[in-house]
Amino acid sequence: MSLFNIFNVAGSGMAAQSVRLNTVASNLANADSVASTPEAAYRAKEPLFAAVRAGLDGKGAEAGSEGVRVLGVTESPAAVTSRYEPGNPLADANGYVYQSNVNPVDELVNMISASRSYQNNVEVMTTARQLMQKTLDLGK
Amino acid sequence: MSQPIDNLFGMHTGALALWQRRTEVLASNLANADTPGYLARDIDFRKALAAAAGGAGDGSLPLAAPTPGQIDPVQQANDTLAYRVPTQPSMDGNTVDAQVEQAAFAANSVHYQASLAFITAQIRMLRTAITGGQG
Repeated sequence: MSLFNIFNVAGSGMAAQSVRLNTVASNLANADSVASTPEAAYRAKEPLFAAVRAGLDGKGAEAGSEGVRVLGVTESPAAVTSRYEPGNPLADANGYVYQSNVNPVDELVNMISASRSYQNNVEVMTTARQLMQKTLDLGK
Repeated sequence: MSQPIDNLFGMHTGALALWQRRTEVLASNLANADTPGYLARDIDFRKALAAAAGGAGDGSLPLAAPTPGQIDPVQQANDTLAYRVPTQPSMDGNTVDAQVEQAAFAANSVHYQASLAFITAQIRMLRTAITGGQG
């Protein structure tokens, strides 16, 4: 029954969006982190989504019924900024600390988008559940 | 035995299956609203229902598929999904427009419930006929 498959699809969407919310939280929390070298500085992370045909139970699903899978988490290649802070315990020999390349505005936009998408999936699931319930009550 | 029951509910059982399938497709679109390169899909309901009811909608008869393993044109038409034409392009190649999909999903669930209501009315009518209106 294909209505059952909707739970898998919407569930995978919710899981993917919660990964995205998680990376946003991590990025915002580390927006002001500093490091001694540019390599060690925190870089903004973002999940990469891909459509996946198979259901979550491993069985192949029909065409057009595709869930979401998180392929991996990418790191932003943007340059990290350096700041002259000789008093900082993490400062290097020249007195510089290296800040994360997190853009808080990007992250907030990402957060709103992820939250909306999550809500969409919840709504889809609720509707599918109601339709199934109505189908069960058929003829009553 | 199942034949008279099929006739009884007419096209509504077929329509119900199609609405259900469309719900699934639209749910996939919404779940993949943020997936790069994902192309939104949809079912052309009129075409699919015409195929399910037999015939291409122009009064012609469908091709019979009596041998197992033979490609069933009716089944094939059911599985034909169209790609949605995006209202506005996006940089990541995703053609899902969340608002359009949400509207389609809402309309689809109402249609599904309408089909259910038709079947329920038919069952109620049968029950009246069986009990003579005393049930």
